Amino acid sequence: MGELLNRDAIINLVIFALLVAVALGAHLAGDGFTVTLATKAAIFGLAGVGLNLALGYGGLISFGHAAFFGIGGYVTGILASHASSGMPVVTLPFTIMGSNEMLGIWPVAMLAGGVAALAIGALSLRTSGVYFIMVTLAFAQMLYYFAISWSRYGGEDGLSFYVRNTFPGLNTFAPIQYFAICAVLLALALVFTAVVTQSRFGLALQAARQNSQRAVAVGIRPYAIRLTAFVLSGMIVGLAGSLYADLNRFVSPAMLSWHMSGEIMVFVILGGVGRLCGPVAGAAIYILLEHVLGGISDYWQALLGLLLLGIVLFAPGGLIGIVTRRGRHA
Amino acid sequence: MLLAEQALNGLQYGMMLFLMAAGLTLVFGVMGLINLAHGSLYMTGAFACAAVAAATGSFWLGLVASLAAAAAAGALVEVAVIRRLYARDHLDQVLATFALILIFSEGARWLFGSFPLYLKLPPSLSGAVVLPGGLHYPLFRLVIIGFGAAVAVGLWWLITRTRLGIRIRAGEADREMIGALGVDIARLYTIVFALGAALAGFAGALVGSIQSVQVGMGEPVLILAFVVVVIGGIGSIKGAFVGALLVGMTDTLGKALLPGLLSQVVEASSAKTVGASLASVLIYVLMAVVLIMRPQGLFGARG
Repeated sequence: MGELLNRDAIINLVIFALLVAVALGAHLAGDGFTVTLATKAAIFGLAGVGLNLALGYGGLISFGHAAFFGIGGYVTGILASHASSGMPVVTLPFTIMGSNEMLGIWPVAMLAGGVAALAIGALSLRTSGVYFIMVTLAFAQMLYYFAISWSRYGGEDGLSFYVRNTFPGLNTFAPIQYFAICAVLLALALVFTAVVTQSRFGLALQAARQNSQRAVAVGIRPYAIRLTAFVLSGMIVGLAGSLYADLNRFVSPAMLSWHMSGEIMVFVILGGVGRLCGPVAGAAIYILLEHVLGGISDYWQALLGLLLLGIVLFAPGGLIGIVTRRGRHA
Repeated sequence: MLLAEQALNGLQYGMMLFLMAAGLTLVFGVMGLINLAHGSLYMTGAFACAAVAAATGSFWLGLVASLAAAAAAGALVEVAVIRRLYARDHLDQVLATFALILIFSEGARWLFGSFPLYLKLPPSLSGAVVLPGGLHYPLFRLVIIGFGAAVAVGLWWLITRTRLGIRIRAGEADREMIGALGVDIARLYTIVFALGAALAGFAGALVGSIQSVQVGMGEPVLILAFVVVVIGGIGSIKGAFVGALLVGMTDTLGKALLPGLLSQVVEASSAKTVGASLASVLIYVLMAVVLIMRPQGLFGARG
């Protein structure tokens, strides 16, 4: 019981409740724009939750998670555009038609994110430290340049689809209903993360982060454990990318850019590394800052940079760390 | 003929990447720091060159300014921020230097605006020369190759033949020990960082002269420099040199030749698009191959 009621758990609940309250309040006030902002925060939070599994719990500093975000986005965009044109996506070795059903698109986006994470992770995890950061960054950049030169799906201009994909029983065009879809998926991902990190697998993952040699000595294989975490992380981020594509009804190489990887990382850090709801708080704060600072100055990213610098140098536990007065990985 | 020209282009590109990667690999090797803001120093050099060249009318003064401005910016950033990061983990280093990129980019946008600036080369450096075999080639690209080679020789001399070089190598091997022997480590680190920054700024000014000077110009080059460092091995100047030439050649020749080679196999229009896509990922395939064969890089000492 103590586990349920500690300060971190309460803060996790408060953060999630706040996000939902903001969206509902804005909906009742007829402010669709704020609902969309809250949706964006939920989606970015989901991406952050995915990265946090690798970065926070696994200690794998991936600077290439935009790859999975963008892959999820492109899967969605490609399936949706084929659904509207009626042309099959591929005809060999078997025919795959496009789809505009979210329930059909999500598994494909997660599968694609997971497969990409398996390939990138299998190579990158042969290295560690600074190499790992640079190699993940480079592989994401490879996909970025590939997307730019892939003229069949828009190349540099990106790919638009005009109708948001559908979900049975809901009108996905109503901002609050789309928010509900994203918030439920975010909640599921949070529960999944909470369960996984408390499982034998999660404990082994954290043991490998804290002391790799000791983990090996008790019979844990860090490579396999880390690769599994990396793949799960890629799948969650792929799902987030799919939701983001549907939010904008547009995908472009920008979703794959290294700037996106940096932003997903910032969500995790702003909130606090290795904390369940840290990325959600981080993403919400990021969106808030974008609009508050963006209103003050066109150069708001410089202010964001200063804030980020201040947090890294003086508050390594992130903003939740300030509230709980506990450092990172306490 | 086309091949010779593309090979020279690849060589020039490689030299450029070497100037970037040399600073990165030095800072990795000596201080153990991953510096994402290296691309911002590259941009600083390019803007300093453009501003001074426009104000004085002298391209040469602009080049000197690019070295000075980037070195000064590097020293300033090292003392104000980077110094606090050596003892931190890589995650903090990545974030803090990512924050620096945001500050540098927005600062440059505020000072110079979002429109690209163009540098005018002096007559003594512009135009083409006729190479043996009758190939016309832009003089300035040859000058860049010359600068790159000169820097490579200069760095080799600095690291292996001077007192500062001995200290740098000692700092790589054991930082506590050289501190105990009376070397001022804090100052040594500032010097190394400023040196790497100056090389990046110089590269920025040279590339800015053939392309354009604009906000965000540093990031694509930074990531290629990372690929170079991964291929060459962290901390190895020799590795940076070999890696840079490999990447420069692979990228340039791949983009020039792949579509043609593919058109032998498949029909022309799809060969062109598929070839362009393949060429754009070729250097990453090269990196993956090196990682599989030698995870520590071609010349990396530490695994």
